[in-house]
Amino acid sequence: MTTFLQIVARDVRLAFRQGGATMLVVVFFVLAVALFPLGVGPETAVLRRIAPGVIWVAALLAAMLSLDRLFQVDFEDGSLDQLALAPLPLELVAAAKCLAHWLSTGLPLVVISPLLGVLLELNGEAHAALLLAMAAGTPALSLVGGIGAALTVSIRRGGVLLSLLVLPLYIPVLIFGTGAIDAAAMGLEGGAHLLVLAALLAAALPLAPWAIAGALRLNLE
Amino acid sequence: MPLTGRNLTCTRGDTTVFTGLDFDIAPGDIVVVRGANGSGKSSLLRLAAGYLAPTEGELRRDGVPIADDPERHRTSLHYVGHLDALKPALSVAENLAFWSRVLAPKTPASSRLDHDRTLDRMGLSGLADVPTRYLSAGQRRRLALARLIVCSRPLWLLDEPTASLDDAGTETLLGLISDHRSNGGMVLAAVHGSIAVDDAVTIRLGECRMDGMS
Repeated sequence: MTTFLQIVARDVRLAFRQGGATMLVVVFFVLAVALFPLGVGPETAVLRRIAPGVIWVAALLAAMLSLDRLFQVDFEDGSLDQLALAPLPLELVAAAKCLAHWLSTGLPLVVISPLLGVLLELNGEAHAALLLAMAAGTPALSLVGGIGAALTVSIRRGGVLLSLLVLPLYIPVLIFGTGAIDAAAMGLEGGAHLLVLAALLAAALPLAPWAIAGALRLNLE
Repeated sequence: MPLTGRNLTCTRGDTTVFTGLDFDIAPGDIVVVRGANGSGKSSLLRLAAGYLAPTEGELRRDGVPIADDPERHRTSLHYVGHLDALKPALSVAENLAFWSRVLAPKTPASSRLDHDRTLDRMGLSGLADVPTRYLSAGQRRRLALARLIVCSRPLWLLDEPTASLDDAGTETLLGLISDHRSNGGMVLAAVHGSIAVDDAVTIRLGECRMDGMS
């Protein structure tokens, strides 16, 4: 367990110290969403209608931004070889790295999302749904994205390939994430959508680290 | 804790790197792997580390095939390859502390003093708080080798460990190796130049390769 936490702490520390990842992702997210009122026009009804989809699509793209380096840095500097010699199974190493990725990029997106809800004129109930949907959906993005990151770990500039691999896998999160907010905005019960999101996360939690570890082992050769 | 390899064949892609290789390492032994560039020295070390599975043949640790108990094998060896596994943004002490905690979480929290002594031994004293990005290639190599002593493991796999080390650094490394051997440790090292160690067994790669290709 200490090894697990050590890896999480190191990755979070690196993400903040290198100053890039977190700021980049948050600024991209805010800018991408802020472009929509400028492009579509300031009519409240239109903005409110498209807000859930816009926020989720921007969140998916923002999460993609930092994924390509998730395992690649460790692969290139030899850290992956060393992590494979730790007493911790590679599956848990993968889970630790995904958790660190979520803490340094996903969690800031969750925190900033209510601000974007205000910008796009979401109503009160929809705000709560937005926050809950983001909180359940973004960890799934980090886990599922990690599979793509592990598969493309040895490919230089694998970012585009990574997007092609991972974006289709993000579709369920997108559908149920927007569904939950839409339902709440229309005054309906959005609980079912949130439960499906939570189920997606519950499925990704054991399966993604297992797949990531398999992909990384291939690349240790 | 001996490591034995029997009839090992290694293929990378469509190329057979070596075939029919046998070796034994017993406690206190050092086995030196020599051979031209591309003769498979690094492949043999990655094979011994368990990163790579042999196409044929078998590696045994203590008589048990490592494929049967990979966990025990990988947690009782050190691999120092061409890459130093250091994070440029972390300080020397942070890099060392990270690897000592990750590789040996069960040993009681290594005190700051222990790490200081390790850095002294490796000729890095006074650099503890310097970010690793400012180190020279030789200093980075010394820090990578410091992993060998902050966490004690019986088998050392060293891939050209003297690369970019100066004379004093090589001397320090030889000291570490002889201490390790006198404590019953085992070393498998790939080297290019000369390395002054007593009674080393040598594996020559390249000749095996010719057999394999004919």
